[in-house]
Amino acid sequence: MARLVIPFALAAIAAGAALTAGSPTQAAVLPDDRADVLYHRYEGGGVTVDGPSLLVRKKVAENYSVSANYYVDMVSSASIDVLTTASPYEETRRQGSLALDALNGKTQYSVSFTNSDENDYTANTASFDLSQELFGDLTTLSLGFSRGWDEVRKRGDEEFEEPVDRRSYRLGLSQIVTPTLMLGFAFETITDEGFLNNPYRSVRYLDAENPAGFAFQPEAYPNTRTSNAVALNARYFLPYRAVAHGEYRWFTDTWGIDAHTVRLGYTHPLGERWVLEGGYRWYDQSSADFYADLFPRRDAQNFLARDKELSTFSSHMLSVGATYEFGVSRWSFLKRSTVNVFYDRMRFDYDDFRDILSGGAPGAEPLYGFDANVYRIFVSAWF
Amino acid sequence: MFLRRIVLVVSLAAATGCSGVEPWVKPYERQNFADPIMAADRNPIATSYLNHVFDAREGARGALGGHGGGCGCN
Repeated sequence: MARLVIPFALAAIAAGAALTAGSPTQAAVLPDDRADVLYHRYEGGGVTVDGPSLLVRKKVAENYSVSANYYVDMVSSASIDVLTTASPYEETRRQGSLALDALNGKTQYSVSFTNSDENDYTANTASFDLSQELFGDLTTLSLGFSRGWDEVRKRGDEEFEEPVDRRSYRLGLSQIVTPTLMLGFAFETITDEGFLNNPYRSVRYLDAENPAGFAFQPEAYPNTRTSNAVALNARYFLPYRAVAHGEYRWFTDTWGIDAHTVRLGYTHPLGERWVLEGGYRWYDQSSADFYADLFPRRDAQNFLARDKELSTFSSHMLSVGATYEFGVSRWSFLKRSTVNVFYDRMRFDYDDFRDILSGGAPGAEPLYGFDANVYRIFVSAWF
Repeated sequence: MFLRRIVLVVSLAAATGCSGVEPWVKPYERQNFADPIMAADRNPIATSYLNHVFDAREGARGALGGHGGGCGCN
């Protein structure tokens, strides 16, 4: 049974580490005590992933704050990758994070640890972040470092066990420019070393002896990858109490992928209890140097990939969300509480990944694309 | 090495009197940044999940979240 969710584990653990570590943009103020219970659901491309996420954050003494997050992905996959070379599958990934934030004057320190586990992948990440307010508190500088050590396994092959070493270096800067405008800058370098491909995924190549005209062989990636990402963002407070915000990110890596991301958003309070928001996100990337939808022959080159996440593609996302603040009179210890519903509609269009299930001559099948729905429904309480 | 240089620059900046820079946005002009809707990440649990969705579906990674805010309102 093929499972093609390893990127999900890595992505989630990165996100989880950022979640529990205090936001470096909140130097000199520890995050508020709060609890969140979230249900998440992703449906798209034959894949459904849903589950809960729980987050609790509490101050300890005057200058410390601890937080814990428990997150579950329940995956049911019949994606085009799976249908092409394997059978649909279901599995569960569980992740836990712990973090401690400490405040010392205008400096905030954060340490966190995240563990993610599924039946064929275990990931661990330890992070340290520091942020400092400068220049009359108009500027916040943040630095961060993460170290990850993972273990890749393969179901059905007890002997298979490969390590991955991950490191991340972060630099951030936020700047109050005017009483209504804040600008931000972020830079992150990530290096990976170890077994970076998916032990189940295959590439296809032309094979005249096969009735379909093509055959499959295991993919082969380089065992190192270094990426750099730079992001610029702005938040503008509008005169009638609303916020417009935008972000641009440029990404490049040693595998030959270049990507651009643009996000625009708008947040609008309505009365005392409602906050409405909407947004648009555009993403575009070029393919990895060793990616091909169809290789000319078996072992055509040293490195081989047919992972559509490494292909040339673009995506669009429209987002809407609503927050409603409500009171629970019998729970006087709650300062405030909200219920939140967010929906995102995504569209992915691939320029060099073909839908071979649709048939056609090898290399002339229709290009693949799909829509996805993302739901985030959660309750938050401050205490 | 890169991180060490950054820490050195920051230490020097702090030691040589960055705190003496006159803030051009006065503390009493920063009430907009204390408004919850101006927070860079109002709902960390929801943002974290969405970043996870992006990271899982896209080749790019990094420099998401954890930036662009800053309160400066205390």
